[in-house]
Amino acid sequence: MATNRFQISAEPLDTVRITGSVSSPGCGAAATFVGLVRDHNVGRRVLWLDYEAYEPLARTTFERIGAEASAHWPSVALAIHHRVGRIAIGEASVVIAAASAHRGDAFAACRYAIERVKQIAPVWKHEHFEGGEAWIEGATADPDDEAARQTAFARACS
Amino acid sequence: MLVTVRLFARLRELTGTTELTQELPDNAVARTAWDALVREYPAIRDYEASISCAVNEEYARLTTPLKHGDEVAFLPPVSGG
Repeated sequence: MATNRFQISAEPLDTVRITGSVSSPGCGAAATFVGLVRDHNVGRRVLWLDYEAYEPLARTTFERIGAEASAHWPSVALAIHHRVGRIAIGEASVVIAAASAHRGDAFAACRYAIERVKQIAPVWKHEHFEGGEAWIEGATADPDDEAARQTAFARACS
Repeated sequence: MLVTVRLFARLRELTGTTELTQELPDNAVARTAWDALVREYPAIRDYEASISCAVNEEYARLTTPLKHGDEVAFLPPVSGG
């Protein structure tokens, strides 16, 4: 299924369905990454996360990451689904599925995609912890930053 | 020209607004919109070095020219995943 493989949604993520959306009879491997909301961060006890996204740009950024992955791993079919809104500890915030004829490309493309999501997807975590709340701010998003892209590629192939 | 400015995450909280309309000179670029925003909301000044921007739902540069009716978004450092 070529459409809707790159989505932002407030609904809980269905890992099995997302993995199924990239699998086809020629695939011998599917690698699925599930990002979970963790109960601690920098010494704080985390209660929940609220996620916010610039949704249209996030979708096209996921498509861009998919195109980048296709350039490196032409045989891989990729899906990126990110949840927004309030997400409880232990629930999935992001699911990335990569399917290919062989496991090596599936693992590498999956890792590449999550690294790129963290670098350039316009999505933000608002952390609620015991005693307060804080916006988490990581990378300045720049899709044209070639050094960042190479970092993601190196991690994918390490 | 009139442009729509959209703000997210902590920029949205610091300004107390998700969206506003700005009147800018005809030769405006994205930075012109940012500078006007900082004048109105000095609390966001420190983001100057770390923001990204988008014009009409595509990543852009602060040097990207604007035209009447454009939507400019300013994005604090991202933290998805």
